[in-house]
Parts: sequence; structure tokens; C-alpha cells
Amino acid sequence: MSDVYILGTDMIKFGRFPDRTVPQLGAEAAQLALDDAGLTIQDMEALCCGNLYQASAMVGQRILQEIGQTGVPVVNCSNACATGATAFREAWMSIKAGIYDLVLAVGVEQMGRGLLGGGGGGKGIPKEGLLGSATMPAVFAEAGMEHSRKYGTTFEQFAKVSEKNHHHSTMNPKARYQIETPLEEVMNSEMIAYPNTKLMCSVNVDGSAAAVLASEKKAAELGMDRAVRVRASVLTSDPWQERDLVMPDVNTCTRAAAKAAYEMAGVGPEDIDLVELHDCFATAEILHYENLGLCGDGEAGKMIDEGATALGGKIPVNASGGLLSKGHPLGATGIANIYEVTTHLRGEAGKRQVEGAKLGLTHVIGLGSACAIHVLEKVN
Amino acid sequence: MADEQTGPLPVVDFLKIPENGDPYLEGHKCTECGAIFLDTRSACSKCGARDKLEALKLSNRGTLYVYSIVHRSFPGIEVPYVSAIVDLDGGGTVKGNLINVDPDPEKIPMGMPVDVVFKDALGRKDKEGNSYLSYFFQPQKQSQ
Ligand SMILES: [Zn+2]
Repeated sequence: MSDVYILGTDMIKFGRFPDRTVPQLGAEAAQLALDDAGLTIQDMEALCCGNLYQASAMVGQRILQEIGQTGVPVVNCSNACATGATAFREAWMSIKAGIYDLVLAVGVEQMGRGLLGGGGGGKGIPKEGLLGSATMPAVFAEAGMEHSRKYGTTFEQFAKVSEKNHHHSTMNPKARYQIETPLEEVMNSEMIAYPNTKLMCSVNVDGSAAAVLASEKKAAELGMDRAVRVRASVLTSDPWQERDLVMPDVNTCTRAAAKAAYEMAGVGPEDIDLVELHDCFATAEILHYENLGLCGDGEAGKMIDEGATALGGKIPVNASGGLLSKGHPLGATGIANIYEVTTHLRGEAGKRQVEGAKLGLTHVIGLGSACAIHVLEKVN
Repeated sequence: MADEQTGPLPVVDFLKIPENGDPYLEGHKCTECGAIFLDTRSACSKCGARDKLEALKLSNRGTLYVYSIVHRSFPGIEVPYVSAIVDLDGGGTVKGNLINVDPDPEKIPMGMPVDVVFKDALGRKDKEGNSYLSYFFQPQKQSQ
């Protein structure tokens, strides 16, 4: 089977766009990615679209109504926060299977306001604040506390993740925020669910991102100057765990996906030059250093203390600013992080460029759970 | 005709209120692999065995596994509260509010023994005005 390549990719600057529609936002990223590839919508043989909140509303087809109704097959997918990466993977699979040579993948989301998760529902009386909390900040706080319990990880160490990612975003013009946020400010911001403060929660934004994927044959024909090779694409769900009735497990499915992705790519974590991982909360990033094998179990706290995951460190993580500062439009996130890694591999990341990057990894988790990992490689 | 409510309703299906006796939490255990669930399932989600889930009375004692102190929630919900995950003695893991503690991470040691206690569901009532019985966790008294 031939390899699959990314020929074009882009994202809109994340923000709040109440006056625009989901298809309009998706269309903008789609056209940007097509322009980046030097191709048109008429060249695309299929569209894979990821969107969560309008999952039943044919967003992919409505994007084509905005940019060109060519009659190609459209798949709409929804997979929690792994939605965008799942759409990308659907495109990858269809090319890998030899069915198409050029496929467009788009991820798009327009978000509501306020807390995610725990929103009533069910019969009887509301359970939030009665049977603990199902809000996302609390769920990921509890996941972080499990790490604290095992390894003594501190509130300050979790907070350092947010300081780092906010610093990275000052160099990313497409991030929602470009604001230096010192550690004290992170720690002293409003406590949402200990140990996650407000500045340790991902930013609720609208956004879209897109990528043009190509078969090896087509990529060779069109030119590989800026092409990026997809070395691995993996999707897992969560196997049964002792506590998973009450404690969503983001660890086991990430570990399984990482193992499979490294095997598929024929590389190890030590070969990876940069990582964009699912920092939906600062606590989560710490867990994923170990889940992705960037360090040994119990070493994540030391890793953040030593600056190993900051730009200039051994393995920069979330150079884009991550979900914590770039923003987290659920369905767009998985393709936005593919855009980020691709941009570094092309040497086009400007001030935040990871020098000499040849191999990068993207990771997202959709709670419930779905984990998607992609390993991307510079071609030329 | 529907029966008039004579006592509180259980907040969740796995809280059982026997006519004679104390309330308790009920799990279902797979006799094939030992996995414990709070709800019923078509088959065991650990091993896939069918028709092997048996009702099991869960313990009223356990240990605090992890928690979060919640300071911001939805409108109308009083904060702070401690959202706790408790491993029950003999199996089963349950989530609920940890009460009778200071909402201060220095004062809530993970691994501490807790009791499951049953009380009114913070005065919450459904649309028909029914009251509910809920479960809570509290630190075990050291003298006992
Ligand atoms: Zn079983």
C-alpha cells in the first residue's frame, strides 16, 4: 500500500464568530487548505467533515454549497474531541485503500458558552453537585489528582503547563490569545475545580482547520516540495477499566494508540521532534507525557520542571499554544494540530519554529473515549 | 392510579431502599470475570459474557481514591463541594459528594477511609415535588 501525503493544510485564526455559520467557517478553512495545496474543489474526489454540535445537520454538504457542489461523496463524522482527527483519518483510510487520490478533510466547530459536561439530563433531579461533578474541569482535575496520588505531582507543576503553552502562543498569530501568562497569574486565577484554575482550562472558541490528502502517485505527480508524509494514523477506544464507570480513562486508550502508532511508523518516542497533544486541561498534558512515552512513568513532573517540553527543550510540546491558549473548537482541534505539526515540518512556523523538525506527533482524546494519534514526517 | 409517595425516591437506580432495612448501593458482578458494574448491561463489558451479571450489595465503607474541589458549577448549584471517587471495600467504585470535610486540599488526604451515608438529596425535588434519597461520603470517625 502506498503512503499518504498532506499536500495542503491551514486553519483560520481561532476566535468568536457569532455572526458566521458553521458551514461558512468550514468553507474558509477548506479554501485556505486548497490554496495551500495549489488545488481546487473540483480536484477533490471526496470530503470528510468533522463537526460535533451539528452532527445531524450535514455540515460537509453545506460546506460544498459554500465552495462548490461537485457531487463527490461526503462523510460527516462526530467523535467527541477526536472528531477532526477522525475525519482526517477517514480521508487517510480511503486513500490508503486505493479508492481515491485526493481527499479534503475539514474540521469545524462553533461553540456555546460556559462549562462543558454535567448538564442535567436524565430523569429525576439534577445530579451535578449532589453526586460529585461531571463538569469537564472536575473530571480532568480528578484525572490529575490520580497522578498526584501516585507520584506527588503538585498544583504548581500542573500550572507550569499553562504558563508554557501561553508563552508558546505569543508566537502563533492564529492562536486565540497571544498573552504571556506568568505562573503566579495562572495559579492565582479563579479556581474552577482544584487543581485546575480558569487559566488551566482550554479556551472555548470557534474555529476550523482543513487538510488536502493525496496518494503517493498523485503527490509525486503534483510535486512533493512541501509535502508531509503520514507515517501513522491510529484510532482507539477505551478498554474496560476498574473505575471507568465513574472516572473516564484517558490514559489506557492513549497508551494503546501511541504503541500502535510508533509500531506503524517504525519509530520510537525518542525520534519525535515535536508533539501537539490534547491539553484540554493543564492536568491532562502531564498525564500524556507519560502516556505517549515522552518520559518514563512518574517523570512528567520533572519534565515540566526542567523545561524539556518548552520550545528549545528536548521535545517541545504544544508549540502552537495548545488548547489552553490557541483554543479548543472541538471538531476542528484534531486537524488544527495536524496543521501545526505540518507547518513545523515544512519549516514555516516562524518564531515558534522547532529547528530541524523531521518527525512530529499529534494526539487528541474524545472523552467517552476516542484517542487519535498521527505521526507525520518531513519529505524533503 | 399512581401510588402516593410514602418515602423518598432513590436518586439513582443503584441506590436501593428496602421496605424493612437500611438503604444500600447495589452493583452487578460478572460471575465469569469478577468485574463490578453499577448498572445492568446486555453483557459484561469486560469479558463479554452473557447472563452472568448478579446483583451484589455493595459495602458502606471504602477509601477515597481521588477528588476535586469544585468552585464553579452551573447556576443554582451551591459551591464549593468535593467531588470524590471512592473505592468500596470488597469492590465497586462510586462517585459522589464528600461531606464533613474542609474544602482544602491540605485537609483531604487521598486514601483516607470513608463511610457511605444516606441522606436527603440536598432538598432537591423533581417536577412532581417528590423528594429523593441520595448517598454521600464522609470521613470515618477514628474512634470507631
Ligand atoms: Zn465478565
